[in-house]
Amino acid sequence: MPRLPAPLTLPPDRSGPRTLRRRRRNETATAWAFISPAVLVILGLSILPVVWSLLLSFQANDLVTPSRWVGLDNYHALRQDPNFHQAVKNTLVYTALYVPLSIALGLALALVLNRRIRFVGLYRTLFFVPFVISATAQGVLFSFILDPEFGAANSVLHRLGISPQGFLTDPSQALLVLVAITLWSGTGLCTVIYLAALQDVQQSLIEAARLDGAGPLQLLRHVTLPALTPVSVFLLLWQTIQSLQVFDLVYVTTKGGPLGSTTVIVYFIWEQAFKEFTAGYGAAAAYVLALALFVVAAVLRVARGREHTPRTGERTPRTKAAAS
Amino acid sequence: MTATTTGPQHVTSRPAAVPAARRRFRLPFSAWHLLLAPLAALFATPLVWLLLSSVMSNAEINRFPPALWPSSIDLGGYRYVLGNAMFPRWLLNSVIVSAVAVTSNLVFGALGGYAFARMRFRGSRVLLVLMLATMAVPFQLTMIPTFLVMKKLGLIDTLGALIVPALVTPFAVFLLRQFFLSLPRELEEAAWIDGCSRLRVLCSIVLPLARPALATVAVLTFLTTWNDLTWPLIAINHDTQYTLQLGLTTFQGQHHTRWSAVMAGNVLTVLPVLLAFLFAQKAFIRSVTSSGLKG
Repeated sequence: MPRLPAPLTLPPDRSGPRTLRRRRRNETATAWAFISPAVLVILGLSILPVVWSLLLSFQANDLVTPSRWVGLDNYHALRQDPNFHQAVKNTLVYTALYVPLSIALGLALALVLNRRIRFVGLYRTLFFVPFVISATAQGVLFSFILDPEFGAANSVLHRLGISPQGFLTDPSQALLVLVAITLWSGTGLCTVIYLAALQDVQQSLIEAARLDGAGPLQLLRHVTLPALTPVSVFLLLWQTIQSLQVFDLVYVTTKGGPLGSTTVIVYFIWEQAFKEFTAGYGAAAAYVLALALFVVAAVLRVARGREHTPRTGERTPRTKAAAS
Repeated sequence: MTATTTGPQHVTSRPAAVPAARRRFRLPFSAWHLLLAPLAALFATPLVWLLLSSVMSNAEINRFPPALWPSSIDLGGYRYVLGNAMFPRWLLNSVIVSAVAVTSNLVFGALGGYAFARMRFRGSRVLLVLMLATMAVPFQLTMIPTFLVMKKLGLIDTLGALIVPALVTPFAVFLLRQFFLSLPRELEEAAWIDGCSRLRVLCSIVLPLARPALATVAVLTFLTTWNDLTWPLIAINHDTQYTLQLGLTTFQGQHHTRWSAVMAGNVLTVLPVLLAFLFAQKAFIRSVTSSGLKG
């Protein structure tokens, strides 16, 4: 026992004991100086707000006058609010359409592009480029293209002899149009990530399966797709979280309309807090959303953990992803 | 049983491979291009249309059915947007906010990430876990209290309200920490023993090696701050403090009939990101895939 600390104190003794010891002590001060900006911002604008939000959700607050404690009233009201129900339904429909479609389309494109055909770089750029464009710019652009009177879309339909459509002004179409717009901008992300992951699928596995006589479809089902599972689970999680939080595009294109057909949860929260000035009610809705996001993340984390434990060696390295 | 089934399969697979090779010689390009090219064109069409309509005259756009191709290049939309509207101001605001956010994320992210990666101090574990936990907190949960905090600080309706929350993200700290951990320790230790301060070690040894990670932080910070609409919408009311995104959507609401001007404004909003992407495409794609694959 008394011998144990000896080798630990030996190195400082060898090379100038006093200075190094002082430097050790200074180390803590330096470390705190290094992290304090990050800690300040994150404590002040993340941890404090999370607690504050929880308190707000039990209060009636108009962002100006002091708030009043109302207990669980906000949550009870949410349960009975048809607008909130509509918002939840719209968000779920949007998510249920967008997430699987974007992942499937992204995977299909990545599989085709992975065949070492020419112009892969050009295709990848074209599919990915809408992703870097802001939701605002997308919204403004598509409100123009899909404008029922002056839009190019109806002009093309007119030339094809199809009657003009309402698109974003039609309650039965608006949500689907929003899904289509996000597919345009979000599929490229899935493609690029799958493409990077495909380059990490072990070539020896594929060769071995080929030698065993596996056809292209069997190869896909039994070798490629299983190897891609961690990436698929990640994309499922990421795309679900993104689409449950969709807001900017809705604000720019439809403002939740027509007839509430595109009011999503975040739009509802924003409207309650910053338009109706019922911040407590908005905070309660935000907590419901956060809980949903947490559940999604937890379920998929468990799924991924189960997927990972048997073969940890398959974890995809991250830096060589963009090679080629 | 197995021997008899694998045998014939080999025989059938070999003749099948020969015509496939021959076919490749006959076609000048892979048949997949027949599928990919139209699809890629479909993806590019909205952006091409954005450019085309920004140089159309309003008369061309406002007739029915509208023209699909400009008869001549009309820069009226750009002149309108850059002349009498607030666009130049909004552009400047966006540049200021993004530039400060990118710089400070690089500086504070590197400092914090380095401390978490290499320095031993009390409470580092707890802080790291806290920081990781905040990465999972959705913005909607914090936006109302953040608004109240900014109001208390008197920053609402100023660019400060946009800058302060973007100064440093847990993502930047964590990403850089992970990268620093992957670097070999020996170089830094030698310099430290020689009497270099931690800051010197960080600046002259670690950061030059960390360029890819710094590029990732810069790219993702720029993309999120430049493209953000939600927070400016909440924190800014006065149109002199608008960012481009907020300005563009308000502009569209007010100039409903001047589509060419709206599209010219849209081009100006998109162009900086688009140019950055085309010049640093590798860094962009690497940033997205690395943050993605790491999960």
